[in-house]
Amino acid sequence: MLKHQKKLLVIITEAVLEKPLINDAKRLGAQGYTVYDVRGGSQYATHEGSWDADRMIELKIICDEAVADAMASHVIDQYASHYGVSLFFSNIEVIRPQKF
Amino acid sequence: MIDVVVLFFLLGLLARLVKSDLALPGVLYETLSIYLLLAIGLKGGVELSKQSLDAIVPQMLFCLALGLLIPLLLYPVLRRLVGLNGFDAASVAAHYGSVSVVTFAVASAYLTHRNIQFEAHAALWVALLEAPGIVAGIALARWAEKKQGGATGAKTGFSWSALAHDVFLGKSVFLLVGGLTIGTLMGEAGTAPIAPLFTLLFKGVLALFLLELGLVAGGRLGELKRYGIKLIAFALLAPMGLAVLGALGAKALGLSTGGIAIMAALAASASYIAAPTAMRIAVPQANAALSITAALGVTFPFNVLLGIPLYLKLAQYLS
Repeated sequence: MLKHQKKLLVIITEAVLEKPLINDAKRLGAQGYTVYDVRGGSQYATHEGSWDADRMIELKIICDEAVADAMASHVIDQYASHYGVSLFFSNIEVIRPQKF
Repeated sequence: MIDVVVLFFLLGLLARLVKSDLALPGVLYETLSIYLLLAIGLKGGVELSKQSLDAIVPQMLFCLALGLLIPLLLYPVLRRLVGLNGFDAASVAAHYGSVSVVTFAVASAYLTHRNIQFEAHAALWVALLEAPGIVAGIALARWAEKKQGGATGAKTGFSWSALAHDVFLGKSVFLLVGGLTIGTLMGEAGTAPIAPLFTLLFKGVLALFLLELGLVAGGRLGELKRYGIKLIAFALLAPMGLAVLGALGAKALGLSTGGIAIMAALAASASYIAAPTAMRIAVPQANAALSITAALGVTFPFNVLLGIPLYLKLAQYLS
């Protein structure tokens, strides 16, 4: 089977950023995204996600490397100084590259 | 005697303190909060349909003014006496300018349990008090930012129109106003078919919701020591001062004894649903945990356990 290389960008952050991040991702060229509600913690805080103001999300975007880089730098530049943000990239393979 | 729903709050607190694994599913919390907001709105709407607009307009104006005034009064206190920076002071002030729907529900239950009448359309006051405090808090934060010579809100992607959308069409205000409208349009007879769900079950659902809030508030207690005695003192004293302000205004409006007590409780309460989300987006520089710890870790338990009976005493003294 023919497979194509893409980037998976995963952003774990506060749920209040969901709408702005999705708008940013679309603007920077992402063709799709997936959002999960997640729980977690660090040495700074624990987010049990049991109520509105404490919810965390994980936003996954499969895209080209250039889009993933643009989105990641935008997120770090715009949000990381005041919001809890973790993000990472992975190399993945897809079958239908035009979808992403 | 203590109201039965308050014991559920204490049960939630206790569960946290003894590190029980008790947790209510997030979806249940969402469902309960939707139910409470709709039920409170509907009940208020049914009563509103019996009122003349002339009597209500001054109350509406007072609520809007009170919501705007509270953050302006608290900001200098938080800056000078509590020693917070401009962003944190504005954010905490916004939380106290807005209101807690559950404090309102507990105050109503407390009065009803004692057969003390109050203006049953008071849900309208709650809906009107939600937003102005948040708007005033954000304006204060912008002013603090300008004074500091910092960057404008553009850097955080904040816009007033997006905020207005989130605050006025956000879940709390939308459901309260929606319930009020349906209640007003349909009146007592029209809403009778759904009354078993929204009226009879109300207090039981409130008890479940308070169990959840007890769990959340219990989780905040551990953070109190991080913020120091000044913030705790503020979160205990501010509600009492604000209650007097609300009660005096309510007295001037000619409200009933129960109505004065409700208005005092509303002025004394701090938001932990609408305000945290709005302030997080609008003033990201502020420490969100600080406001929530004060509002939910100290002020809410204080109001529910001691404040509401005190505010009733104050109302009885004033009437």
